[in-house]
Amino acid sequence: MTAQAGHGPARLRQAAEEHAARFPPLLAEAQRLATSVTPGAHGRRREGTGEEFWQFRPAMPGDEWRNIDWRRSARGDSHFIRQHEWQAAQSVLIWVDDGRSMAFSGDPGRRPAKIDRARVLALALAILLLRGGERVGLMDDPTPPRTGRAQLDRLMAGLIGPERDDDHVSPVAQLFPRGARAVLFSDFLGDTDDVVNTLRQAAGQGVHGALVQLLDPVEEAFPFDGRTTFHSMSGKIRFETLRARGLRESYLDRLAARKDLLASHARRAGWQYLCHHGDDSPLSALMWLYSTLQRGR
Amino acid sequence: MFPFQALTFMSPWLLIGLLALPVLWWLMRAVPPAAVRRSFPAVTLLLGLRDEESTPDRTPWWLMLLRMLALAAAIIGFAQPVLNPGAAKIASKPLLILADASWASAGDWAARQDRIAAVLTDARASGRRVAVLSLTDQSARTGPLPFGTAGDWKAALAALKPSPWEPDYAAVTSWISSQKSAFDTLWLSDGLARKGRDGLARLLMARGNLTVVQGRNALMALARPRFQDRKITVTALRRDTGQGQEIRVNAIGPDPAGIERRVATASATFGPGERSVTVSFDLPTDLGNRIRRFEIAGLRTAGAVALADDALKRRKVALFAGTAPREGQELLSPLHYLRKALQTGAVVIEAPLRTSLLAAPDVVIMADVARIAPAERDALAAWVRKGGTLLRFAGPRMAAARMRPGADDPLLPVRLRPGGRDVGGAMSWGSPRHLRPFGKESPFFGLTIPDDVTVTSQVVAQPGPQLAARTIASLQDGTPLVTWKEMGKGRVVLFHVTANAEWSSLPLSGLFVRMLERLAILRRASTPTPADMAGQMWRPERVMDGFGTLRKADDLAAVSGEALAEGRVGPDLLPGTYRLGPRQFALNVIRPDRVLKAATWPAGVAVAALSGAERKSLAGWFLALALLLLALDIPATLLVGGRLSGPRGTLAAIFLLVLLVPHPPAQAQGAGGDGDARAIRATRDTVLAYVITGDARIDAKSEAGLYGLSRVLTRRSAVEPADPIGVDVEKDELAFFPLLYWPVTETSPIPSDSAITRINTYLQTGGMIVFDTQDADIAGINGVSPASRRLQQIAASLDIPALEPVPPDHVLTRSFYLLQSFPGRFSQGQVWVEAAPPDAVKLEGMPFRNLNDGVSPVVIGANDWAAAWAVGRDGGYLYPVGRGGYAGERQREMAYRFGVNLVMYVLTGNYKSDQVHVPALLERLGQ
Repeated sequence: MTAQAGHGPARLRQAAEEHAARFPPLLAEAQRLATSVTPGAHGRRREGTGEEFWQFRPAMPGDEWRNIDWRRSARGDSHFIRQHEWQAAQSVLIWVDDGRSMAFSGDPGRRPAKIDRARVLALALAILLLRGGERVGLMDDPTPPRTGRAQLDRLMAGLIGPERDDDHVSPVAQLFPRGARAVLFSDFLGDTDDVVNTLRQAAGQGVHGALVQLLDPVEEAFPFDGRTTFHSMSGKIRFETLRARGLRESYLDRLAARKDLLASHARRAGWQYLCHHGDDSPLSALMWLYSTLQRGR
Repeated sequence: MFPFQALTFMSPWLLIGLLALPVLWWLMRAVPPAAVRRSFPAVTLLLGLRDEESTPDRTPWWLMLLRMLALAAAIIGFAQPVLNPGAAKIASKPLLILADASWASAGDWAARQDRIAAVLTDARASGRRVAVLSLTDQSARTGPLPFGTAGDWKAALAALKPSPWEPDYAAVTSWISSQKSAFDTLWLSDGLARKGRDGLARLLMARGNLTVVQGRNALMALARPRFQDRKITVTALRRDTGQGQEIRVNAIGPDPAGIERRVATASATFGPGERSVTVSFDLPTDLGNRIRRFEIAGLRTAGAVALADDALKRRKVALFAGTAPREGQELLSPLHYLRKALQTGAVVIEAPLRTSLLAAPDVVIMADVARIAPAERDALAAWVRKGGTLLRFAGPRMAAARMRPGADDPLLPVRLRPGGRDVGGAMSWGSPRHLRPFGKESPFFGLTIPDDVTVTSQVVAQPGPQLAARTIASLQDGTPLVTWKEMGKGRVVLFHVTANAEWSSLPLSGLFVRMLERLAILRRASTPTPADMAGQMWRPERVMDGFGTLRKADDLAAVSGEALAEGRVGPDLLPGTYRLGPRQFALNVIRPDRVLKAATWPAGVAVAALSGAERKSLAGWFLALALLLLALDIPATLLVGGRLSGPRGTLAAIFLLVLLVPHPPAQAQGAGGDGDARAIRATRDTVLAYVITGDARIDAKSEAGLYGLSRVLTRRSAVEPADPIGVDVEKDELAFFPLLYWPVTETSPIPSDSAITRINTYLQTGGMIVFDTQDADIAGINGVSPASRRLQQIAASLDIPALEPVPPDHVLTRSFYLLQSFPGRFSQGQVWVEAAPPDAVKLEGMPFRNLNDGVSPVVIGANDWAAAWAVGRDGGYLYPVGRGGYAGERQREMAYRFGVNLVMYVLTGNYKSDQVHVPALLERLGQ
């Protein structure tokens, strides 16, 4: 699927159809993934506004009459007030890197591209969160996070946007809703400065979250040899070597350094970092993400 | 052993391309292997890295060598190298192709024809003029050599046949020496030394190039069979005295039914360096007498066939005398001289006449028997008419017998005057009479008459119109001494003298024995000399062609005895069997004194082998080599380019392995394991089987039919057969199957002898075959529909008892269902089973005859049951039955019922015929 600049409504329509065609399988896979995680009820373990019953307590002066639970109070002489558990919805912002670099798969027949894995994970996470009543939104999307099933469709539309020309895209540092959480999916192979910036800003606003670095096994192993010209997915960056095997050690060192950098910045900002590979089980990544988002609550 | 000198290139100018190889070498050295382009997102991490070690930027020498070799092989391959180009070389002179088209070249005649055809093809391509000359063709040899276009000769090539005689070089030599033109010669020699070959070869070499092509296969022949030491011996000759070699000689003759079969086989071994070996057959007289010819097994030439004739036959002779010999007067016994004469050459039977006739004698000799009982006379006459020879001798009793006037003894060739006559005795005036030389019509013609043979008494024939014609020997005064007459296929011969020396000295002389020989009563002692056979005209019976195949020779003229005795086989005297009256003579290709020797050629003659010398294009091999090298180049290039790692490398390695490892032949897995699995499958459950006809449609129908029947059986009865199995009667074991369904069509193969034997064993040991001609019995079982004719051919040698249409009380009608018709896809056809024994009777009050023994080994019908039973794997019926609709389904149901009955009948035998079931059956029959 190539990026098609929208010239005329017909082109736009065609591009839209092409993108839409990918919704059902993506959604289906995300649903399947989400159903394999069964979230428990996650109240706030304190009284507040909500729908679940929390406790009865004796009425005290100052309580409103309408709060008295007459059925319970009729059993005794004192008045009781029915309290509900506090169930505040949380805002989760998701960002998926859709640069060309993410479209890479080391073994296209057997492994999905990194972007596909990122989208599945993002959607599955969104499904889980929406099911839990949270508000979910996209970082790129100016509309605030919302809850409900309809939001899923909007998320999906936002996730599958037109293809980009750039190899790497960075998250845009922005104003997060208060107490929100954020999840960033990318291979983080591009410039790290923007990412670090975003992290710093988010930490400043009290926003926590997770960095998920998606890498293809080929990128981890560097199984190349001989005279090779490497080029980025868009072809903008090239590098030629006479003997690829000789570069393996230094490449792996650099990759490890990049991972360390991300992990340390994440830790400093109070974020979590996960390196996920194309041949890993997406379920484990989803579980990790879900529990990570639960933990900080 | 690798004749490189015979390698030429059809397009040699292409080899110039080899010159370009060094240039290519230099070019390829100069260019390093190309870089691979890979998309790799993490390229950002690579930026700024430096190569620490440098890879060779030049292609390594071994890879270069590989590619150069591949290229060289391709160039050589396209230049079309040809091994043994033969006459393909460009030559302008016309080409004479000489063929020793004798019996000795019949063995590899097809290869010779192919060779000539190949040479003709080349000649046509180059426009060369050709003449093909068969050296055994002794037609007119005048005028110029018949050079013509190769196309014309090619058309005539198919008619070129080897002759049973050998070439005569003298005629061709004189013809060619009269030619002035120059030409090259290709001589397809039979490889036997022969007079005149050398001279002809030298003559041909003087005219141009002479190339000789000789077959390499062993050349063997059989000489005339003889009778020696009570054994029949045949001498086998061979040309190549090399290592020892074992041969088998088959004796072939008619069986009692008149069909030619192998009577006996003997083997013998040529010792190293031996040219001949004697093969002997020790056979009972009856068997030995049947032999018509001997053949070396596996050879198909006239030389390897030796025909048998009278000389091998030991006749059975029954002797009778009118008077028992008086004691102590052995020399006066009427049979004494006959016994002596017959001692070596015949088998003598002396028993009462009726008993003797049962032994099927060839000859009956009666010495002085005047009266024969009427019954015996009729039996004897019938025996003579069937081909026997009755030889009678006169004597006192016969002379004394008084014939009723007008009554003719049928067992005498002429009427006899009572009394006989005495000449030269003590009481007569005349002197003993000598014999008159035998006339031309007489079988004794040519025998020399010793002076001392005299006749003193004899019986005298009544003069009559036929007397002269029936006389074959007479005295000097013209009175008949021996008379004969034909009777049916046999003959009656009468010697007008006694068989002992009382009336004449004839039995004492050698002439007597020779006369018996001529009458084919005694075996010929030796090969006849031309003088023996002078003046006789022998009629050819069966003659042989160059391949040793015999044919009837009714269209050929008779040949003279001298020529026959001389035995010089030629266009006018074909080898074969010849007949003159009762005598038979076999003329064989190989004369008794023949020695087979390899031909020698003058120095300078190129002698090529027939088989190895065929043109062989090597282009394919070189191109294949080039391809193989290029295939090797793929992984080598990957290796050099560093791409031989990861999954791609594994893939390449696997590909290479698959390419290089020769595939084991599929049959290597052997019939062993397969056969065992099959046997287990066939025996674990009851399995219905059908015979594979080779016609895929019929086989599929049989399989589906038996599958449908198996399903019905499983559903309705306790028989639960597994899936049906197809059986090849030639190979597969039949014993596992209770029932064989055998669809017969006009193209069904006829089983081989070994298969017939196994089928017969199967039938005898309780198997059952259902023959189905599937043609609705249009013409009846004895009819002429193609399928039923083929069925007759198949069944001809099977052990099938007498048949009858299924009688209404046959067990088949009640073994499970009560049935009276046996429809399949068709319903009219008659169904035949083994006939009930004639003594089966229906008892009073019983509905069925007591047929308690034997299950019919065959059921023959034409109703195409398989089609009615056929069910696809999806459970649907495959063929319509009857007219379809309800009636059709009813008919299908009846077909299934017949199938169930059939299987029940096979599995339970005549259980349902048991009388125990009669009451229940009666009840069900509503009686």
